[in-house]
Amino acid sequence: MARTFALTILIFWLGAVLLARLLDIHGNAIDLQHILASPSLRYWFGSDDLGRDILARVLRGAEISIMVAIVVTIINMLIGVTIGLLAGFFGGKLDRLLMQITDVFLAFPGILLAIAFAAVLGPGMLNLVFALCLTGWVSYARLTRGQTLSLRNRQHVQAAESLGATPYRLMSRHILPLLTSLLMVEATYSLASIMIAEASLSFLGLGIQAPNASWGAMLRDGVRYMLVAPHYVLIVGLSLMSLILAINLGGDYLRDKLDVRTA
Amino acid sequence: MHLFKRLFSVIPVVFGVLLLTFLLIHLVPGDPVEVMLGESASTSDSEALREELGLNQPLVVQFGHYLNKLAHGDLGQSIHTKTPIIELIKARYPATVQLAVVALCLGVLIGVPMGIYAALHAGHWQDFVITLISVRLSAMPAFWLGPLLMLLFAVWLGWLPVSGMDHHASIILPALTLGLGLSAILTRMTRTSLLEVLNDDYIRTARAKGLSERTVILRHALRAALLPIITIVGLQMGSLLAGTVITETIFSWDGIGRLLVESIEKRDYPVTQACVLIVALSYVLINLVTDIVYQVADPRMRHA
Repeated sequence: MARTFALTILIFWLGAVLLARLLDIHGNAIDLQHILASPSLRYWFGSDDLGRDILARVLRGAEISIMVAIVVTIINMLIGVTIGLLAGFFGGKLDRLLMQITDVFLAFPGILLAIAFAAVLGPGMLNLVFALCLTGWVSYARLTRGQTLSLRNRQHVQAAESLGATPYRLMSRHILPLLTSLLMVEATYSLASIMIAEASLSFLGLGIQAPNASWGAMLRDGVRYMLVAPHYVLIVGLSLMSLILAINLGGDYLRDKLDVRTA
Repeated sequence: MHLFKRLFSVIPVVFGVLLLTFLLIHLVPGDPVEVMLGESASTSDSEALREELGLNQPLVVQFGHYLNKLAHGDLGQSIHTKTPIIELIKARYPATVQLAVVALCLGVLIGVPMGIYAALHAGHWQDFVITLISVRLSAMPAFWLGPLLMLLFAVWLGWLPVSGMDHHASIILPALTLGLGLSAILTRMTRTSLLEVLNDDYIRTARAKGLSERTVILRHALRAALLPIITIVGLQMGSLLAGTVITETIFSWDGIGRLLVESIEKRDYPVTQACVLIVALSYVLINLVTDIVYQVADPRMRHA
């Protein structure tokens, strides 16, 4: 039941975002006659402080949020998996050095480091992606390294090695394929956490800049106008949480289906 | 032995944290001095700041100076107000600690009893409802939970102040924002570890001795079940600390998180740098203490 629910929400969001794209709805049109209007037939989700259509901006924000999450997840996975494979496979000094570096990154709580990076890099989409990548690869590196460490001594890897397989071939053909399901589950969960991190940064004014729509910035505006237009913050928050929930449920489903134990 | 090893393992991490925070200012695209002062700044002002931050010197020398100043408790000064940063931190840090401690207490006081209740009703509807709520709650980020609580308790019900620090009750909403997530995780943890322990032989013995159910649960079962909770609390302190940045911004709570955000808005990067450093070092310290407390609390670990 949870799976159908999650899938329905996901399809709904993707469909809505696509439709908004096709109809070229960007939600940047300012209507000062109707600022902070409550939901009505004209504005289904109401309007914001500049009279812009909240529904349109929520959809636009969803698109940006999903895009950022996908791009950041892919980059993080590439960097993290490479480092984790190298550390776990070769061991020794390289492993100690790489793990020491990940330890330093893990010494910063939560998204603090991403906030710091985003702050000095300045606002903007590219810098936002950069800040999220600088800090997000660490969990993949840890995960991959741990798995590689144990897979390294499996018989099939040893056999291939004694037959003369190069380290590159061992890693790409004999170790990495066994990690795919684990990484897929991890990536699904991280889509959700990156969307939250992106919204957090935008909430603090560090992410996507006006006039582009972003959920974090809309939430901040929503809090600002909470006394006069509580629907604003509620609608944006519920939208974000429904998507996060759907992605996490999708992750749970993948985990059970692929029989992966996550840390 | 293990204790010493753990203590020494902190050294390279702290060194790395110092290096990374030091490098932060060098990540500013273009000329950091120009970014901080704005393009209209006079050449002499820019030169003075450049000199003050030591940006003319080689990177290694700069890092050396940075460490040397830190060792003397000097975090530099704010670019705009020229206040020593250590004063700013001293003024703001206690508020954050206060918020974090209250949040932690709320998290434990709500989470552990809920977990016990769920475990004792495992399989019944009470358990189902508590689990459902705690799963949802733990996935709620501060920028969503905070406004929700504010809307409900401050705007609609009018029970608590909306924001600020003027009133004793002002701390409740920000602390709940931070603490509810923790309590949700603790609920699930307590439930799971209590259920594991409840089938053990010594619990059956305790019951067979004729002890009251209350004593069995609170004195015997909970004691063993609480161990993993120490670790969880320690680990969660990290997200709690990071959460203060957003929570303090929402509720206008004048702690170090808000100082960080303000410094970013004013491009006062030395202050940003110092805030990041202080929060990260606090986190390293908390993790260290958690590990040590865990060893003290669990007799089995002392000989491991």
